[in-house]
Amino acid sequence: MTTEYAVELEDICKTFPGGVQANKNITLRVRRGEVIGLLGENGAGKSTLMNILYGLLKPDSGRIVINGEEVSLNSPQDAIVRGVGMVHQHFKLIPVLTVVENVVLGLEPILKKMDVRSIPGGRTIGSVLPVDFKTASKKIEEIGEENGLPVDPSSKIHDLSVGLQQRVEIIKMLYRQANILILDEPTSVLTPHEVDELFVTLKEFVKAGKTIILITHKLRESMALCDRICVLRDGELVGIVERKDTSPSKLAQMMVGRPVVFTTQKEPRSPGEVVLSVSNLSVLDNRKLEKVKGINFEVHAGEIFGLAGVQGNGQTELIEALAGLRKPTNGRILVGSVDITGKRARFVREAGVSHIPEDRQRMGIILPFSVEENIALGSHYRPPFAAGLFSAILQLDVIRSATEDLVEDYSIKLSKVNALASTLSGGNQQKVVVARELATKPNLVIAAQPTRGLDVGATEYIHEVLIGLRDRGVAVLLISAELDEIQNLADRIGVIYDGQMVAIKAPGEATPTELGLLMAGHTHESSDEEVALS
Amino acid sequence: MNQRRFFFIIALVAAIIIGVIGIISMPVQQQQIAGWLVSITMQMATPLVLAGIGGMYSERGGVVNIGLEGIMLMGAFTGAAVTYYFDNPWLGILGSVAAGGLLAAVHGVICVKYKGNHIVSGTGVILFGTGFTTLMLEVVWHQKGRGELITNTIPDIIIPQIQSHPFFGPAFSVISPVVVFMFVLTAISWYILYRTPFGLRLRASGEDPSTLDSAGVSVEWIRVVGVIISGCLAGLGGAYLSIGFGSAFAKEMTAGRGFIALAAMIFGNWTPTGILGAGLFFGFLDGLNYFIQIYFPALLPFSNYIAMLPFLLVVVALGLIRKSVPPKAIAKPYEKEKRA
Repeated sequence: MTTEYAVELEDICKTFPGGVQANKNITLRVRRGEVIGLLGENGAGKSTLMNILYGLLKPDSGRIVINGEEVSLNSPQDAIVRGVGMVHQHFKLIPVLTVVENVVLGLEPILKKMDVRSIPGGRTIGSVLPVDFKTASKKIEEIGEENGLPVDPSSKIHDLSVGLQQRVEIIKMLYRQANILILDEPTSVLTPHEVDELFVTLKEFVKAGKTIILITHKLRESMALCDRICVLRDGELVGIVERKDTSPSKLAQMMVGRPVVFTTQKEPRSPGEVVLSVSNLSVLDNRKLEKVKGINFEVHAGEIFGLAGVQGNGQTELIEALAGLRKPTNGRILVGSVDITGKRARFVREAGVSHIPEDRQRMGIILPFSVEENIALGSHYRPPFAAGLFSAILQLDVIRSATEDLVEDYSIKLSKVNALASTLSGGNQQKVVVARELATKPNLVIAAQPTRGLDVGATEYIHEVLIGLRDRGVAVLLISAELDEIQNLADRIGVIYDGQMVAIKAPGEATPTELGLLMAGHTHESSDEEVALS
Repeated sequence: MNQRRFFFIIALVAAIIIGVIGIISMPVQQQQIAGWLVSITMQMATPLVLAGIGGMYSERGGVVNIGLEGIMLMGAFTGAAVTYYFDNPWLGILGSVAAGGLLAAVHGVICVKYKGNHIVSGTGVILFGTGFTTLMLEVVWHQKGRGELITNTIPDIIIPQIQSHPFFGPAFSVISPVVVFMFVLTAISWYILYRTPFGLRLRASGEDPSTLDSAGVSVEWIRVVGVIISGCLAGLGGAYLSIGFGSAFAKEMTAGRGFIALAAMIFGNWTPTGILGAGLFFGFLDGLNYFIQIYFPALLPFSNYIAMLPFLLVVVALGLIRKSVPPKAIAKPYEKEKRA
């Protein structure tokens, strides 16, 4: 029997152990063959809802109907056999295994003449019979050819780029013959070019009659691809709208619950003296390859210097060298008049440098520590946080009151100040990092991807904070992969390519296309033809 | 990658052939000594390799099993006791495998189902294995320290055709089936780990359980099975000590072999062939110790230091020679409902 709907979710409720209510009575019906966007800020319950549909989580209450059949999903297996496939935000791929091993995992084909899995007890015996990797590889190649997703089945996942890894995830769904495809934030890790390719692929899938559910917090994407858009906020369904009846600003308002300003207002800059001066700096990466190749630039007090570039062109190594986490092989870094070249992180911090790291969960915050403890880190060894002989005793009451002040100032949402950092949403974790880094009253702030993975509200907030810093005369070095962000905030834009600063421009001076070309390694002499192509 | 492995195998085979040719061109007495050394190496390696590969099944699935020592003791005791009562070493082996599997199953359920700390539970297994076998030793044989001699131990395979050869005679003509099984097990384990659905799932479970879960496979089930296999093999390794190589159960007779097996597993980088190699190496150091004591009686006063040598070399080997890459999700309980 065929119904109009591929998936019907009715009155889904889910409360996590610990009391977070992630889904509150959500009803969502997905039509067959449509692309529906699931839009909402981080922590709005989008992924939770889809994990329920995929059988990874069990709802506390509610009905799930797939293709007209009411189902109770005990494991993803139950969803997979009904044609549901999911690409998770953090890929479910095992880096040390090959593509074919990852794809067949859980559904391994046995050599045909030995397949005994149909007879009783055969599944147990089958699990120690040889897997037919050859046929599986052939099938993966076929799927790749049919859908324009070529990939080498025998290469290992950790040798593939993120874009290719996502391709493997999609092939994995197709291998399982999924016709209801869930994609969780599929573009957050992709380059703009890869995003375009993905969208082309998804449009092909829709033509082939598949149903797509796209989880995203990016307005542009939902407007570009979806037929209908379903907006969630704080675990509740705000509304489902047709694309043609809505606009990005309307959607943003639904998501955040209030009007959102897209372009940040800022005063004209009034730059002061040079705060950061980098000359001829060279840095090696972990594999001893030169990633930063003799870079020169200056950041003045009261300006935001935006560093634009495609990931992997030396930004990470540059930031680490500036923050005292990696020793440069050559060159000089001056902060004010202090030489911090090759000095340790503590020396650099004491010279007035704050660092908002690009990977906050790995370098910015200690997840199993409480918010107070995270706030104290970095200043924990000196008054007022430490006192007594050799400053050996932590002043817990001081730390607590300082944390309470910062929580208030930065409106960090948490249950109590000694809550674990891991219980906070991504946006609030980032606010904790920002609050701590700015509490030391720095002269220079290195903000690396400060809004990566953050929702509209938090992004807006962080942008305001950075501009506020600039207006107070702090030098800000902003490194971001999002060109929009750089153009919006920066007073000067430097473009890094292959470890070198290929251009420094004022925001009005270059169009996004020109900057994009510079980021891709095309210098000024690039022909008109190439410009026309983009 | 495959090419490198191919050349490695070629080089290994060549080294063995050259070594054997070298040995059989030596004087008869030295050939005999070399043969004896090969034999003792294999014998000493067997419990290490069996328990080490066992540990691999557990750890590849993501469960640390430091309880190997206790499980080996359990296997050694059960093997001896069953053989003592039924006068049949094969039943003894069956018993030791079952007892090892059972004790490991407890560890597995604690770690996987109840998300207990692997190290604490493993320590519990060691303490239980030590205490229980010491107590039961007195219950079964009414003796302290050492049980009665078992006459009907696992029969050796005898190959009369090569018995008279000065090198192959002492090396291979009298060989325990358990020693042979060590080599067979290595091959089987390689096949299971890299060629079967179970092996793929086991490796996935140790690397990233959430991926396995989202592929629709029960992580808990795979992990528990891995731990039980580890117990069965460690139990067999223990039985070899009491009714194969030796012929009685003695209090704490494993003497740290469970830990050396863990070292062999790490040194062998959690791969069957690696563990075989590491086990043989450690077995060789053990054998060398006997060799020095027998052939250089002048060194007898220093025998304690000589006995220390293998352990020192183990430390050096583990610390300096290579960097091991453990399974990524090892010792991390998998919680389904955790909020990402």
